[in-house]
Amino acid sequence: MAKVTAWERVKIAREPERPTALDYIEKIFDEFIELHGDRYFKDDKSIVCGLGNIAKQNYTIVAEQKGRNTKENIERNFGMPNPEAYRKALRFMKQAEKFHRPIITFIDTKGAYPGIGAEERGQGEAIARNLMEMSDLKVPIIAIVIGEGSSGGALAIGVGDRVLMLENAVYSILSPEGYASILWKDSTRAEEAAEKMKLTAKDLLDLGVIDEVIKEPNGNAKTDVEKMAETLKKKIVAITEELQAIKVDDLVEQRYQKFRKM
Amino acid sequence: MVIDKIKKRIEYQEDGSEKEHRSDIPVGMWVKCSKCKEILYKEDLHKNYSVCPNCGNHFRLSSRRRIDQIVDSGTFEEFQLDCNTTNPLEMDDYVKKLEVLREKTGLEEAVKCGIGKINGEKVVICVMDSNFMMGSMGRVVGENITNSIEKAIELKLPVIIFSASGGARMQEGIISLMQMAKTVAAVEKLQKAGNLYISILTDPTYGGVTASFATLGDIILAEPNAMIGFAGPRVIKQTIGEDLPEGFQTAEFLLEHGFVDKVVNRKDMKETLYKLLLLNK
Repeated sequence: MAKVTAWERVKIAREPERPTALDYIEKIFDEFIELHGDRYFKDDKSIVCGLGNIAKQNYTIVAEQKGRNTKENIERNFGMPNPEAYRKALRFMKQAEKFHRPIITFIDTKGAYPGIGAEERGQGEAIARNLMEMSDLKVPIIAIVIGEGSSGGALAIGVGDRVLMLENAVYSILSPEGYASILWKDSTRAEEAAEKMKLTAKDLLDLGVIDEVIKEPNGNAKTDVEKMAETLKKKIVAITEELQAIKVDDLVEQRYQKFRKM
Repeated sequence: MVIDKIKKRIEYQEDGSEKEHRSDIPVGMWVKCSKCKEILYKEDLHKNYSVCPNCGNHFRLSSRRRIDQIVDSGTFEEFQLDCNTTNPLEMDDYVKKLEVLREKTGLEEAVKCGIGKINGEKVVICVMDSNFMMGSMGRVVGENITNSIEKAIELKLPVIIFSASGGARMQEGIISLMQMAKTVAAVEKLQKAGNLYISILTDPTYGGVTASFATLGDIILAEPNAMIGFAGPRVIKQTIGEDLPEGFQTAEFLLEHGFVDKVVNRKDMKETLYKLLLLNK
């Protein structure tokens, strides 16, 4: 692997041509049916939820979805969820538990949306509740960071038994711009922040925050979405089997201990 | 995200509350209320629970004073804090900064935890302290909150947490973020075990603390006028490009929107907690 700097990875993770969650979902799952709405307020399209299968195995899918063009991006709020998106995700994750379906989450967000409505409707509470419920769901959870994983907005669907990251994905407490702005009062030092923050897949593997780095074809997923999806599919199938072999109570306890150690 | 705004607020509050032992100079005996600008005699202020007698403004409170106000005198048994800061980003100045702060504030970290009695009722209590790196949550805060909750489960005691925090601690990067998942998983265990958890939101409660244990209490109280939110006001203003409504993100705003059970004046806090403990027995 050629030496790619952290900042370069941030830029790759943000490329407009970077495959989005739906690009993968359509290819990984034999069947996928999107289902909508949080049953309280609205359907927030920054998170896509639905049911899918690979052969005989059914899954619940929860995915942060960026737009693939300007029109889509406006519709999807640039992949920045409002509380209702997290509540929709939670509704489907609880449903997965009821029907004993494993959960696959795809993480790709600049962060939870900072807006007036988001605060009025309890952005913090929505994220907190997801974290709490996910810690105790009695089904396997595989979380995959496919692009940007920024802040609590990413973690809110990221409490998995296995957390995987694509080679060029980044995962951090905040965007490098935000980080530089808070620590040094200068958002233009984002590149320097990126190098310091340990946000690359390799760094996070070393820190024990994630479990596995997934190679991208030709060093960039956009060059071959088919192949990237194929790799992800194999991983999902293998890990699902592995997690299903664990007794549910043990699985939940292991998940607790996994985050307890951090 | 919220640090800037908070710093501005604390500057004028810091003239007061924590430095009284240092000087005999009359200047140090007076504080200006950040809200009504009234000049207050510090002794009077402290006798009044650090609430401005003129306008009711709740000054920020150190963890030590908070515990004095809430826990029966002589009953607080402080837990030994796990102070192992891992410095995961290997920042040169971070460890030094912590040392200097420990010296300056007399605090070990941004939280104090222990067991104490409230009118005779035994509880596990954690109190965050905004004087220590704006109460931000890194590994040490997350670990000790989690330890305390686990201890409460073991001892079958209610948990009371006073939050005061700018959010996750930037200096520890992703590890701070992970404290959210860790503390909250412990809250879930506490819920399952059937223990009561009362969360009290004080000024300021933001970011990763709002988005974790602080908003998951069986009962959530807040102090009047406390600023509480997920994203900081400056970030929201920048994002949406318009001014924020009057009273946005105050305790009263959260009450109105259904995210706080009750706003409680500081002088009534201990009695309120006591009643809630009894009613949940």
